Amino acid sequence: MATAHLPTRPRVPAAAEAAIPPSNIRGNARRRPGFRRDQLTGWGMIAPAAVLLLAFIFIPAILGFGLAFTNARLISPRPVEFVGVDNFARLFTDPTFYRALLNVAYFTVVIVPVQSGLALVMALLINKKFRGVNFFRTVYFLPVVTSMVVVSLLWLFMYRKDGLVNEILSAVSFGLIDGPDWLGDPNTAMPAIIILSIWQAAGFHMIIWLAGLQGISGELYEAAQLDGTSRWQQFRYVTWPGLFHTRSLVLVTITIQALGLFDQISVMTQGGPMDSTTTIIYEAVQSGYRQQETSYASAISLVFFVLVLIVSAVQRYLTREKD
Amino acid sequence: MNKKLTKVLATSIAAVALTSTLAACGKGSASSNEGSGEIALWTHNAGNPDELAAVQKIVDSYNGSQDKVKIKVQAFPQDSYNDSVVSAAAAGNLPCIVDIDGPNVPNWAWAGYLAPLELDTDLSKHLPSTVAEWDGQPYAVGYYDVALAMMARASDLEAAGVRVATMEQPWTKEEFQDALTKLKALGKWEHPLDLGTAGTGEWLPYAYSPFLQSFGGDLVNRDGFQSAEGALNGDEAVEWANWFRDLADQGFMARKSGKDSTQDFLNNKSAIVYTGSWAADKAQAALGDDLVVMPPVDLGEGPKIGGASWQWGVTSGCSNTEAAMDYLSYSLKPENIAAVAKATGAIPASEEAAAQTPSFAEGGANRIFMDFSREYAVMRPETPAYPFIATEYGKAVQDILNGADPKSTLDSAVKAIDANIKSNGGYKN
Repeated sequence: MATAHLPTRPRVPAAAEAAIPPSNIRGNARRRPGFRRDQLTGWGMIAPAAVLLLAFIFIPAILGFGLAFTNARLISPRPVEFVGVDNFARLFTDPTFYRALLNVAYFTVVIVPVQSGLALVMALLINKKFRGVNFFRTVYFLPVVTSMVVVSLLWLFMYRKDGLVNEILSAVSFGLIDGPDWLGDPNTAMPAIIILSIWQAAGFHMIIWLAGLQGISGELYEAAQLDGTSRWQQFRYVTWPGLFHTRSLVLVTITIQALGLFDQISVMTQGGPMDSTTTIIYEAVQSGYRQQETSYASAISLVFFVLVLIVSAVQRYLTREKD
Repeated sequence: MNKKLTKVLATSIAAVALTSTLAACGKGSASSNEGSGEIALWTHNAGNPDELAAVQKIVDSYNGSQDKVKIKVQAFPQDSYNDSVVSAAAAGNLPCIVDIDGPNVPNWAWAGYLAPLELDTDLSKHLPSTVAEWDGQPYAVGYYDVALAMMARASDLEAAGVRVATMEQPWTKEEFQDALTKLKALGKWEHPLDLGTAGTGEWLPYAYSPFLQSFGGDLVNRDGFQSAEGALNGDEAVEWANWFRDLADQGFMARKSGKDSTQDFLNNKSAIVYTGSWAADKAQAALGDDLVVMPPVDLGEGPKIGGASWQWGVTSGCSNTEAAMDYLSYSLKPENIAAVAKATGAIPASEEAAAQTPSFAEGGANRIFMDFSREYAVMRPETPAYPFIATEYGKAVQDILNGADPKSTLDSAVKAIDANIKSNGGYKN
């Protein structure tokens, strides 16, 4: 039947996998000469990255987990005391925290399908051989290499009541549409930020999709054409299964990126108006720095960490290879 | 032994050594300078060339006046200055002399990062709002203060049939309402009033808590600074919140003004702008005699403005406190204060310096700001809790402006402030 799944990528034959263990067993019994040296070389190569990761990621993270259960402050003459789950009790009764969760969920639920979909469409469009394709690749990728802070500042001006966006809306509608103050209205602030974020980041995922698309063998398309498939069928039964691994990668990276929403908020709305754009990370930075409550910020970060972990675990489970 | 292994090991050891020296450098940089007779000074002026140049000039003249120590200026942009200094403090990396926004002084003094000032200068002759005290001791002193005011064009007020407010007779709440109604009726401006509602951060408490105080409310109960209950959520405070929001609801002002209120005013996008003495010279140059500078509205308890601007302090970790104090005393000479005042257009801290600054001397064009400062200035609450109170109040102002219920917004701000004070043991020593 035509619906039979084509193998997406050359699978490693089972025999090849089975062939490795025996050599290992023999190696363990009598190590080949230079084994120790190779081991050392390996550790030596890992060392620089491991030291940096340990010093700047793991140790601060562990410290943060510890601080969440104390009353530590950024600057204070008072000794740090262990306060148990006080910070969490306060966090879970704080309406702003739930609002932040809701905002982040809203942002993520929209961003993940729309941004990855748009990026895939862009990738499909430029995965062709025609004159000037590099021009389009560059244009689509340009926002990605621009810093989010710079992008946010520019869009801040465009979103003003008398900004570019409203001027364009007014011009194309012959003055019928009088646009809102995008970032000043609780109803439009988050959508405005979503649009900007997609515009900025879609190019990055387009490149990942593109890499995935180019990994699909041309022979498969030729075979599909011989079978007389339509364009849609080719996409559905060749391209889509072929992008399995890319799909998981894009899904996980966009989700984590979306959950960590911060730059745009900090530059453009500072969480307002009326908490309509505040996020978990923004709340953590706000309480950790501006309000100097290190311990409370650590508690927020810990909760955020657990949330990201759960979301990624669920995604990993849902996108696992079902064999 | 084999070469390859040695190479790999050497490389990784070098990498580890490099990272640890980098870390060590970060730790030692601020203090290592001081051994060689160099004292670091941090200022928020990176984005303000006039003021930075004036400070640099004082430093240069001090460096030239003696050869024991050398002051080295390091400038930061204002937006990130407070965060940078607080992080540096937490990391034990503060320089000897720091520039501090007045209301934050008690917080830093309480945290033990500032040393009480021991200067040769007689601070009692300075504007009270330029000396930051905590626990009975001075911790920071400024070259200047700034004053908020309402500016308008005399011709506009006349056209609308509105009298010019004066210090003897400021506008009352009703007069203000009436003035705005008449100005709006002229149809020249979409929003006749610009209170700078696009501002963020410290601008919010600096600009709007004086209105709250003029109504009779406050940011916190100043008796002991233990709670904001009743001050920030009492009847007066709710009245303030309603009044403030009504200004926007009636279309007198934008919920979010333009980025540069002064420029908008000069471009005739607003009739009355609420801004500080720093904008006076520019407005004066553009409008000449048509410009009127008026005191803020009297909302019941008389006009109020925020006191205290940027000030200088010496950190407690400084290895050469004596030299740092000596520099500060030197920099507070009237001619130095006058030089900064001329460069910034701010109110010179002492009468002697004012006499040397033409626009602030008796009869000078900007003298009125000095009078505002003396008559109306209310210090932001001198408590270590201030940075927290400021963020909560700022958020409340923005929420109320955007339509949140005043009473419940203020109640939750009070709840957060009280919890913070309590969790810090009342910020007592």
